[in-house]
Amino acid sequence: MRTQNATAYRFLTPYLLIFAIFWIWPIISSFLISFQATRTVPWRFAPAFNWGRLIGDPAFYNALKNTLLILVIQVPVMISLAIVMAVLLNSPLLKARGLYRFAFFAPVVVGEVAYSAVFRLMFSLDFGIVNKLLESVGLAKIDWFSNVTPAMALIMIAVTWRWAGYNAIIILAGLQSIPEDVYEAATLDRVSKLKQFFHITLPLLKPVIVFCAVLSIIGTMQLFTEPFLITERGGPGGGTETLGLLLYRQGFRSLNFGYASAVAYTMAGLAIAITLVQLWLTREPK
Amino acid sequence: MTSRLQRRLGRSIALHLFLTPLALVWLFPLWMMVVFSTMPDNGIFSPGIELLPHDNFLDNVANLQRDTNFIGAIGISVSVAVTYTILSVLLTSMAGWALARYEFHGKGAVVAIIFGTITLPYAVVLIPQFIMVARDFQLANTWIALIVPPLFNSLGVLFMRQAFSMMPAELFDAARVEGVKEWRIFLFVALPLARPMLAALAIILFLASWNNYLWPLLINSQPGAMTAPVALGTLIGLTKVSWGGIMAGAVMLTVPMLIVFVLLQRHFIAGIAAGAVK
Repeated sequence: MRTQNATAYRFLTPYLLIFAIFWIWPIISSFLISFQATRTVPWRFAPAFNWGRLIGDPAFYNALKNTLLILVIQVPVMISLAIVMAVLLNSPLLKARGLYRFAFFAPVVVGEVAYSAVFRLMFSLDFGIVNKLLESVGLAKIDWFSNVTPAMALIMIAVTWRWAGYNAIIILAGLQSIPEDVYEAATLDRVSKLKQFFHITLPLLKPVIVFCAVLSIIGTMQLFTEPFLITERGGPGGGTETLGLLLYRQGFRSLNFGYASAVAYTMAGLAIAITLVQLWLTREPK
Repeated sequence: MTSRLQRRLGRSIALHLFLTPLALVWLFPLWMMVVFSTMPDNGIFSPGIELLPHDNFLDNVANLQRDTNFIGAIGISVSVAVTYTILSVLLTSMAGWALARYEFHGKGAVVAIIFGTITLPYAVVLIPQFIMVARDFQLANTWIALIVPPLFNSLGVLFMRQAFSMMPAELFDAARVEGVKEWRIFLFVALPLARPMLAALAIILFLASWNNYLWPLLINSQPGAMTAPVALGTLIGLTKVSWGGIMAGAVMLTVPMLIVFVLLQRHFIAGIAAGAVK
């Protein structure tokens, strides 16, 4: 290919303009804002103002703790479930495959607001279908919204329901790219299906699984809608408050842009760390 | 031989015995959404267990419309999603084309910046975007505010770059020899060849715009300017509100997408799976 600067930039410029204005500049700008005192006009440069507050803010630590807790429990459960779904959906023994695929993949198209509303109604204390079903089999009903542990569990259940199938789609695509003959050789050598799964499938899927884990971690880290709508603004009493909610509260309720930007950059720092771990985990062996 | 067949049968039964309950649990919230949307409020809040649809859907739609102008909000959501999808497909496929088929100064830098920032959380740009659009441009509660900022999404650039770079160069060189202009080659040779990829991309972008919640919640908070998810979200948590109505709204947001999903499953799955292919 010969160099064609003028032609190339004619195709590229419209997108690059949008990309620069609404992505690259905000990334820089947000970093700068986090070092400014924004409660007074004009804003002034005060490096320790927001970051100093962040380090000593119990609300920040509460949100960070809840976010990490959800990450550490929900992501591994969901990824494991997604692997199970993908492997079983890929089984040649499965009948009515289309129906099963629909069941697991359908939540992918459901919007956050719609499913938050449904979960809120399904889990309500006295009239929720989940508690009614628990009682009908002789179990005690659970107050999902007034106690921290069930409320956290509810958030994790909701997110897992919404995203497991999404990850299963990606893992299924990875499974289907593993050549058949690998398994044929193993079957000829009388290696059991279970051993094939752990010694062939999982190692070959590793890059895909790591990719899904990183996507899920970065998504869950910004969790906002579920604690906003299902457990009503991070309730009970901040028990499901997340970094996403804290950012919303500080940035758009208190209009404290500097502090909210510091919270946002805390997330960015976590995301960068996680991406570096991903690169390290999937590096090419030398 | 029989024992092998029996083992196969046993495995097949075990597979279905495990997967069927799991599938039913997974379908349950969607099923209940439909059931709730057809029940009167006093039915939803009654002690009995109801698992089958009733016939109150249209009344619930009327209740919802009384609580908020949902039909108007749906109109905004549809127009925004359609416009956004067309613009985003056009912009990102042009950029993907340039990156796939031309050599130019700064190409490495452009690719590096797109890839290098792709895993940064969206939360990072939220505040500057809001300040820019609401304060500097004074565009809050407008269509532009809903459509233009989300166009930064680079998924399409990477997706279309991949699609165009897999096409054989001879296709385009033949046209060049005949003196066809580059933009005509893009429009009339490359784009038609990329139709399946364009369909997958368009579906994913449409869905993302249709379901987008946080940005429209922040930037278009005035009643007449809200998208459908935002309008529905304002009702959740209110005390005097029709839950049957909220569920009818959830159904109106979800069921069209489920139908599209069933009809265009192949493209859908291709679009999502492509997120993983770099």
